[in-house]
Amino acid sequence: MSQIQQKVELIQSEVIAAGTVRLTLNAPDIAAAAVPGQFVMVQTAQGLDPLLRRPFSIHQINSEGLLQILFKVVGRGTERLAQCRTGEQLSILGPLGNGFNLGESGNACLVGGGMGIAPLLFLASRFLQQSHGGVTPRVILGARNREELVPLMGDFLALGIEVLAATDDGSFGYHGLVTDVLKTLNLTSQSSVYSCGPKPMMAAVHHLCQKENIPCQVSVETVMACGMGACLGCAVPLKAGGYAHVCSDGPVFEAGELLWSL
Amino acid sequence: MEPVNVKMDELDLRVSIGSLKLQNPVMTASGTFGYAREFESYVHLQRLGAVVVKGISLEPRAGNPPPRIFETACGMLNAIGLENVGVDRFISEKMPYLSALGVPVIVNILGDSVDEYRQLAERLAESPGVAAIEVNISCPNVKKGGVAFGTDPQMAAAVTKAVKQGCQVPVIVKLSPNVTDVTLVARAVEEAGADAVSLINTLIGMAIDLKSRRPRLANVIGGLSGPAIKPVALRMVYQVAQAVSIPIIGIGGIASAEDAMEFLLAGACAVQVGTASFVNPRATEDVLDGIATYVREQKLESVRDLIGALRIG
Ligand SMILES: Cc1cc2nc3c(=O)[nH]c(=O)nc-3n(C[C@H](O)[C@H](O)[C@H](O)COP(=O)(O)OP(=O)(O)OC[C@H]3O[C@@H](n4cnc5c(N)ncnc54)[C@H](O)[C@@H]3O)c2cc1C
Ligand SMILES: Cc1cc2nc3c(=O)[nH]c(=O)nc-3n(C[C@H](O)[C@H](O)[C@H](O)COP(=O)(O)O)c2cc1C
Ligand code: FES
Repeated sequence: MSQIQQKVELIQSEVIAAGTVRLTLNAPDIAAAAVPGQFVMVQTAQGLDPLLRRPFSIHQINSEGLLQILFKVVGRGTERLAQCRTGEQLSILGPLGNGFNLGESGNACLVGGGMGIAPLLFLASRFLQQSHGGVTPRVILGARNREELVPLMGDFLALGIEVLAATDDGSFGYHGLVTDVLKTLNLTSQSSVYSCGPKPMMAAVHHLCQKENIPCQVSVETVMACGMGACLGCAVPLKAGGYAHVCSDGPVFEAGELLWSL
Repeated sequence: MEPVNVKMDELDLRVSIGSLKLQNPVMTASGTFGYAREFESYVHLQRLGAVVVKGISLEPRAGNPPPRIFETACGMLNAIGLENVGVDRFISEKMPYLSALGVPVIVNILGDSVDEYRQLAERLAESPGVAAIEVNISCPNVKKGGVAFGTDPQMAAAVTKAVKQGCQVPVIVKLSPNVTDVTLVARAVEEAGADAVSLINTLIGMAIDLKSRRPRLANVIGGLSGPAIKPVALRMVYQVAQAVSIPIIGIGGIASAEDAMEFLLAGACAVQVGTASFVNPRATEDVLDGIATYVREQKLESVRDLIGALRIG
């Protein structure tokens, strides 16, 4: 195990869309050890309130040891992080959890919804590296509307990856659900789907994959206190009964292992 | 992991909990440190006073449905539901690692009946690495309509006696703060033969989501821990210190060496660091380093000079 607790410098803070922020941190030790799908726990305040760290997927890393997180401002912790200035030191723990199981790039299809795209950029980059830029994985992104979706696509396009877009209101790309787009790809049991997003979306992706016999990995979220397997607070129900812990058994799971109550 | 940068060699930080000798007064709190291995990349585990592990029951328990935790002002609520691997797997899978650490391992136990507590003590007595048993009496007594053992002095005494009969190692009874007068239970378990008491366990609390009008925890109510509970915990340690003569271990909201030393002054011989380890996995070691620095700077002969040294009037 090589988890690290470190103070790292905030290199850049960007508002990429209303309420959506990307932080770039100088965290070479954590970046060097990280694999796609893993996350970091970030302390959002110096004092005791908010008390607990907040979990964020590793959005991207680069060879200079920079690590990015991408998040939506939803409450006090994320609000504080959004206010952090360049040069500030942030305490982070990581890399935590188990990442995605990488198959072959050509067979991979990444399906993200809203902020669920956060871990998929790092994953897409690794697929590209693995195939030496030859074969790009397919990417489907879903969001409510154009304003939400377009800013999230840029990084994929910059990597030379084509993005199939779907919006709830039809203001950009396909008018409808990511699963509708997924169906048109005619994936087979040789393919692999990697998904992260709102629970109903992941449930729909799982059910489709299950029907078509396509292997599917999902990255799930729960509230967390420790992020390292100590508090047992991050339980998700398993199909076989009992619970798994998202931070130490996940956050990536084979979708079929989980109990989808939808 | 950061190297150890506080010299301890010449300092006397030793304390004893009855016959149990500790190299220093800083322990982990049950349920907040896993089975220690979870922290091996953050903490020099061999430096700890003792490791107290997650509560163990006779049979494995799956725990409560989620959500199990919710953050509150300067604290958190939890209703984990005492999820644990059960005593057999604990002994075969967790004890080998723990006993190799070279620090005392204190096993926290929980049961549904007096007899279960006795059986647990007997099982653990067979495992050579167990330095002491900490008895969590904040659990419901299934045979007595689910009233928590820890809220009734007689039931608490009965559990204490059963555990004492079941094993030879020191028995620490962990007191529940959810009582009108904590000293009544403290006295009862002292009379029943407890070698020490530890306090406090979590305070029962609740939170509601206004939007959905639902409780924040699936279990509806849960235990409050963290800095928010420190003043209550300190008051209870102080009261119990006046009431019993067995050693006391202070727990509740300790996040710094200053917090820990307040508990020593109030009469605790040792402390446990809980929720703080979630926020700062190094919290136990930071507390230890801070105490060491204080003992050196104040030129104390030993950390024991602080125990019960509260000045009143
Ligand atoms: C492994 C993991 C990876 C994550 N990665 C990302 C990421 O890359 N980008 C991102 O934006 N978020 C991510 N999250 C979610 C993120 O941790 C929460 O949004 C954050 O903790 C909210 O903190 P807050 O203090 O701002 O909100 P709080 O004040 O804690 O809560 C505000 C509101 O948000 C809700 N909320 C809190 N936590 C979550 C959650 N985990 N999921 C859904 N709703 C929540 C609360 O119920 C509440 O209604 C991840 C979570 C996990 C477990
Ligand atoms: C997530 C969690 C799990 C806990 N599990 C146990 C347990 O299994 N047995 C027990 O006696 N106490 C348990 N406790 C209580 C702690 O050991 C401690 O008494 C309490 O949290 C107060 O200390 P703190 O404020 O430093 O956390 C648990 C606390 C938390 C937060
Ligand atoms: S968040 Fe604490 S065990 Fe997963």
